[in-house]
Amino acid sequence: MQRTCRARLAGDLAPWFVVLGYNFFIVVAGTGYLLGITQSKEYAEPEWYADLWLTIVWVVYLMVFLVTLMRRAEPHIYVANWFYLAFIVTIAVLHLGNNAAVPVSLFSPKSYIVWAGVQDAMVQWWYGHNAVGFFLTAGFLAIMYYFIPKRADRPIYSYRLSIIHFWALIFLYIWAGPHHLHYTALPDWAQTLGMTFSIMLWMPSWGGMINGIMTLSGAWDKLRTDPVLRMLVVSVAFYGMSTFEGPLMSIKAVNSLSHYTDWTIGHVHSGALGWVGYVSFGAIYCLVPWLWHKRELYSLKLVNWHFWISTIGIVLYITAMWVSGILQGLMWRAYTSLGFLEYSFIETVEAMHPFYVIRAIGGILFLIGGLIMAFNIWMTIAVAEEQSVQQGGSAALVPAE
Amino acid sequence: MSLWSKHAIFEKNSIILLIGVLIVISIGGLVEIVPLFYLKSTIEKVSGVRPYTPLELAGRNIYVREGCYNCHSQMIRTMRDEVERYGHYSLAAESMYDRPFQWGSKRTGPDLARIGGKYSDEWHRDHLNSPKSVVPGTVMPSYPWLARTELDYKHIADDLKVQAVLGVPYSPEMIANATADLRAQSAADHPDADALLKRYPNAQARDYDGNPNAISEADALIAYLQMLGTQVDFKLYDNKANIR
Repeated sequence: MQRTCRARLAGDLAPWFVVLGYNFFIVVAGTGYLLGITQSKEYAEPEWYADLWLTIVWVVYLMVFLVTLMRRAEPHIYVANWFYLAFIVTIAVLHLGNNAAVPVSLFSPKSYIVWAGVQDAMVQWWYGHNAVGFFLTAGFLAIMYYFIPKRADRPIYSYRLSIIHFWALIFLYIWAGPHHLHYTALPDWAQTLGMTFSIMLWMPSWGGMINGIMTLSGAWDKLRTDPVLRMLVVSVAFYGMSTFEGPLMSIKAVNSLSHYTDWTIGHVHSGALGWVGYVSFGAIYCLVPWLWHKRELYSLKLVNWHFWISTIGIVLYITAMWVSGILQGLMWRAYTSLGFLEYSFIETVEAMHPFYVIRAIGGILFLIGGLIMAFNIWMTIAVAEEQSVQQGGSAALVPAE
Repeated sequence: MSLWSKHAIFEKNSIILLIGVLIVISIGGLVEIVPLFYLKSTIEKVSGVRPYTPLELAGRNIYVREGCYNCHSQMIRTMRDEVERYGHYSLAAESMYDRPFQWGSKRTGPDLARIGGKYSDEWHRDHLNSPKSVVPGTVMPSYPWLARTELDYKHIADDLKVQAVLGVPYSPEMIANATADLRAQSAADHPDADALLKRYPNAQARDYDGNPNAISEADALIAYLQMLGTQVDFKLYDNKANIR
């Protein structure tokens, strides 16, 4: 943000408050789970006192962001910052709407949510789906829009495409929530709206993917030589894959099979591990040498190892979940020739076992990849070669070859 | 001056961009959520649905606390195999007093929307204590502390009071008698059981955990599980009654 605005972050203490305050929220939320303090709403488990604290932190975050934006020396707001702004304000709106609750007393961690039953379900998935859409998509698209052009040393493929897919993405995403509630007691009109907009959402999602990947035009050779860039680009490829899978699963007929099964879990993880994970790893691999004024990472070979080990991990993970999800969905609806349900529920649970083993192996591989990264980062900071020419604030610029 | 250069107004003014974002993200939510509060067809009127008794509510809060919804749904969809496996598809009215809703997203275990009455209290006791003892192939973890831990119901009247504020039809009489009703429902042949039944029709009162000396968390949770999906009598339910 400071680079794209050419301005210092607003406030001296406020940015620190946001970082530490958010991490404190994570600690409060995490310990709450262990103590059985939860609202039992997906992605919104923390209770009212943690939610209030997060609201304070988030408002400060928005203020820091907005004031920095206003102080910018660049005439135009850079595209990554549009996404960040949309992410910050939308998450604020969703958080307040979905966590509207009345505590039993000021000294009790327990609260009751204002919405009930079918309305609570709709509010929850308006929130839940857009926690994915704005936190894990818009926020990380912003990361993509800075780091891919920077690392590839190319301008963004299409500015007009970024305008179209930005507005289309934030408009369409908000509608998609009801696809989590197909064939439930939610009114049919809302389910159909959710499905329709989810399918339309495919287009702006791929707009982002195209803009990210095509930024490599003229620099495709770097995919071979630079494992960090490869990680960033593969993250966008995973984004493209899971944003194709999402609209597919939102179709009612497909959802009737996939809902309540591991297919959903696999879909989420191709996004979480592949897209969110890899784009973050790529950004960290870029940032650390810049911040510590190092010429390069300690070892690009280790980045390569990280890439391949975790890619195999993700592929094992998501394919295991596809197979187990589709298998279980089919077993639930299987009939014998006499017209009886073929399998008891517990038989379908037992059939999942081998896939859970594969899933665990995939997860372990992904974790090993992460440990390799941690080692590489540590060694970069500790022993990697210093950058020969100090370029002050513009250390990130790549020298002409 | 092409159309594209008009977009510069958003790129050069952070507040205009902020307002633009707010407008664009509001539309979908407003269209999908607001009508659910005033369209009468959202929740049809179904006889038999009543607010939870204090004991059931305490049990439900344990269900929420333990995060049961992560593996168990409470929403039977309108499909042949689900209706045959679990029972009549779930009605919106059946979760109208659910704060929060517990429809769930994943069936690592079976749906529980109509679990009430399908198994004995004793089965539930054994199953919560050690699921493998009754279902050898299960992957469910054990919850042995539920039967050992005394239920904390000191503030149950406050829970009802807050729900009443939010619109659940708990009368002042129900709130005043919350503790007494909770005790009456968790014992067999309690003298206050008639008063409980008057306030909460079809409530089942008995010693759910098999230990008459204490009201445990298992008492509350099993009471909740045993009423799930039993409020509506589907012999009398007419699914065409609300079609206009």
